[in-house]
Amino acid sequence: MAVATFGESVKRTEDPRLITGRGKYVDDVRLTGMAHLAFVRSTYGHANIKSIDTSAALNAPGVIAVFTGADLQEELGGLPVGWMLPDLKQPPHPPLAYETVRYLGDAVAVIVADSAYQANDAVDLVEVDYEVLPAIVNGEEATKDGAPQLHEEAPNNIGFDWEVGGGDYAEAIKDPDVIVVKERIVNQRLIPNSMETRGVVADYDVGKGNITLYTSTQIPHLVKLLFSLVTGWPEQKVRVIAPDVGGGFGSKLYLYAEEVVAGIVARQVKRPVKWIESRSEAYVSTAHGRDHICDAEIAGKKDGEIVGIKVDLYANLGAYLSTFAPLIPTYLFGLMLGGVYKMPNIDCKVHGVFTNTTPVDAYRGAGRPEAAYLVERMVSRFAQEIGRDPIVVRRKNMLQAHKNGREVTTGVMYDSGDYKGNLNKALEIFDYKQFRADQRAARREGKLLGVGIATYIEICGMAPSAVASSLGAGAGLWESSNVRVHPTGKATIYIGTSPHGQGHETTMAQLVSSELGIPVEDIEVLHGDTDQGQFGTGTFGSRSLAVGGAALFNSLQKVKAKTHRLASHLLEADPKFVTFSNGTFAVEDIADKTLTIQEVAGQAYAAANLPDGMEPGLEEVSFFDPQNFAWPNGTHICVVEIEQDTGKVEVQRYVAVDDFGNVLNPMIVDGMTHGGVAQGIGQALSEQAVYTDDGQLLSGSLMDYALPSADMFPMMELDRTVSPSPSNPIGVKGAGEAGTIAASPAVMNAVVDALAHLGVMHMDMPATSEKVWRAIQDAKEAQRAARATARAAK
Amino acid sequence: MRVYLETSGKGPTMSTEITVTVNGTAHTEAVEPRLLLAHFLRDVLDLTGTHVGCDTSQCGACTVHLNGEAVKSCTVFAVQADGAEVTTIEGLADGDTYSNVQQGFWDEHGLQCGFCTPGMIMTSEALLKQNPNPTEEEIREGIAGNYCRCTGYQNIVNAIGAAAKAGK
Repeated sequence: MAVATFGESVKRTEDPRLITGRGKYVDDVRLTGMAHLAFVRSTYGHANIKSIDTSAALNAPGVIAVFTGADLQEELGGLPVGWMLPDLKQPPHPPLAYETVRYLGDAVAVIVADSAYQANDAVDLVEVDYEVLPAIVNGEEATKDGAPQLHEEAPNNIGFDWEVGGGDYAEAIKDPDVIVVKERIVNQRLIPNSMETRGVVADYDVGKGNITLYTSTQIPHLVKLLFSLVTGWPEQKVRVIAPDVGGGFGSKLYLYAEEVVAGIVARQVKRPVKWIESRSEAYVSTAHGRDHICDAEIAGKKDGEIVGIKVDLYANLGAYLSTFAPLIPTYLFGLMLGGVYKMPNIDCKVHGVFTNTTPVDAYRGAGRPEAAYLVERMVSRFAQEIGRDPIVVRRKNMLQAHKNGREVTTGVMYDSGDYKGNLNKALEIFDYKQFRADQRAARREGKLLGVGIATYIEICGMAPSAVASSLGAGAGLWESSNVRVHPTGKATIYIGTSPHGQGHETTMAQLVSSELGIPVEDIEVLHGDTDQGQFGTGTFGSRSLAVGGAALFNSLQKVKAKTHRLASHLLEADPKFVTFSNGTFAVEDIADKTLTIQEVAGQAYAAANLPDGMEPGLEEVSFFDPQNFAWPNGTHICVVEIEQDTGKVEVQRYVAVDDFGNVLNPMIVDGMTHGGVAQGIGQALSEQAVYTDDGQLLSGSLMDYALPSADMFPMMELDRTVSPSPSNPIGVKGAGEAGTIAASPAVMNAVVDALAHLGVMHMDMPATSEKVWRAIQDAKEAQRAARATARAAK
Repeated sequence: MRVYLETSGKGPTMSTEITVTVNGTAHTEAVEPRLLLAHFLRDVLDLTGTHVGCDTSQCGACTVHLNGEAVKSCTVFAVQADGAEVTTIEGLADGDTYSNVQQGFWDEHGLQCGFCTPGMIMTSEALLKQNPNPTEEEIREGIAGNYCRCTGYQNIVNAIGAAAKAGK
């Protein structure tokens, strides 16, 4: 490997260990004397705990201890909420329930045993006597009179009522030319399913009183902070290590009960303890995503002009507030209801509701997929209502291109974008006119072919801390970096972000290499160990490069400034005439006066000949907090064919044109786009968490939850437009969530388009074969009935 | 095969002695009859490259080769592998030379978080052994028993295609 450049598809440096089975995930951590944990979990959706008998479990082979919620009530504290809203109800959230269980899987006790098999055996020996209570799982029904109540702090199960808007929607629809189209939009509950489940190893140092948590997380530094706040453990005695992490998609972005319990139990038994979540356990104990029930309206004129959108949303929070739960259906949803359109009037009300279900929090896209799905479904629904092409309607209402800030109706400032240019590029690649001709021909042959288009914009690059704090953030959202150039000119950097598949070891090294001219193989990228470097925020919200990469860039500029000054001094030249490129300092017009950055680094440590006032060494730290978010946007186009007789939907073609700003490593960005799109298609066609009315999870394992497999997808066709973001010094926007945001509306618009000539106007996700088949039968029945009525009228 | 009872601890545990050849090395160990092959490889032999991603035999992360056939090692008891030859992800490369499939995964960016990767690679190896020149559709069907949540499978399909090409 040589010196890398910005924009080059550098192959990943993580891969050699991962393709040979030498990665190190939490379950691969082995410590001397390590015991194993297994949790006893509620088998009911809602119940009072009358008593717990642990005696049989305590006598089981290998069992060291059993702790109930009551045993550890003091030590465990309550799980925190990291985002405040006005009048937010915050019922206590004990890591182990001790009076009442409020969802299937709520943990009530923990077994400590010599082996994982023995710990799991003993789970079945714990006898919990429950008084079963009525349960409620539907977020809208839960607010009605007579619904079972979860928390006395939250009357009618309402955790918060929140609103956002702009313009005057009520006034706008008084215009007699305005048509209002209403639809109930449901965004179903999803289960994230990172391929590695969660897990934690807690190592208590009896002598020092320190605790080390190895945990599968996206936010090691925040876990350290929150663990310390919850348990009272002094922060300097808490170390959190996120080793190789096997995916997260938002679900590893919180402080979880098991992390707290493992730390406290390790101290109790004075042995290292390990807990690895089973997949079926993950289905109830790891946060779910989405679950919106929404009454939506879109208003516009016959010529296609859209005047506004109105939303009344019931957002299911689950049984307790997970760390970022209040943020997801509010700001990350409501602020995005204008999409890439002028949308002059917006009226959005959100009710956050407690139910007897697993807590709901961020899942890839987190609020933005729900917003984009709603906006794009409603725009296409409106186009269908007025009999116009969905492209024409979109183009008529799109924002003009801008390079440096455009305030929109919800009050936020989009950074940069050329929305029409992006749309046009996607249409050109796709060849829309040809498709419509093909579709007509296919219909004549009795085939159901449909095209769906979705544009999107998303709020990314999670920072500006002051803004986030004013909206309710409980912590700063800046990012950090440390660059240490060693005396030999090789470098070790510590980044505050915490990759779990994003390839930061490659991309961050690539950025260092492109700035300093040091070969990629000479750069070690450290992350995820709170004792190895400065505080960092973590990886979520497509923020790592836009905030963390920018923090790294700023450290690199400091290194460049110092080495430039030192090199000029050593070369005895005026700094004005000293150039730096490809790792070499040179004096203009003097061929033999050069120094490599490696030589300059050596001199910085030798400190034998430094300029006046310069400190020895070569190490720089930066904390970057941008002035604005970054706003990726784009256009996705999907073609589906539906089998008439079975209702089976097949995605035939998928074109995505995204604007991620500048792109550091196209290979990695494309890979993330593929994965995001696949998750969006999964939501549109197959995935759904299903509860019974009394709180049992029917889709409770990988056998019952339809995770997409390789045979569900065509080869996706990707392209890009580039509007550099003015929000950070490297002009990047973020690419982790875009695919998931755009794909579900693109697919569902295609499904509805394929059935539009039958009179289908909307369908809820997932568009399973059964649902589609029924829609076809219902539509045909309605057409027959209409024909009969018409005949009778004659 | 020898079976005996251990009486240490709070109760007797039945153990069975098995010999399994893993990546060319024979290992003789006493194991509980209920021990899964996946856990034998990971926890007894410390070969942690084989991952466990589910508890219902769906995800395929634990795929290894048992006497040359791809199996989900969470669905095989260790005692069933007594006398057998097992190849895991750790045994695939020849020294510093990766197999064509491993190289394909690296070249084509066929992995992101890497957790499904060992199983995906072992399945791909078996697929190419059966069908050295698969079509895209055959590749997609061939790996449909392995889940990946990061890549949308696209670059995995490309990686297997590249490996097939390199194998010609």
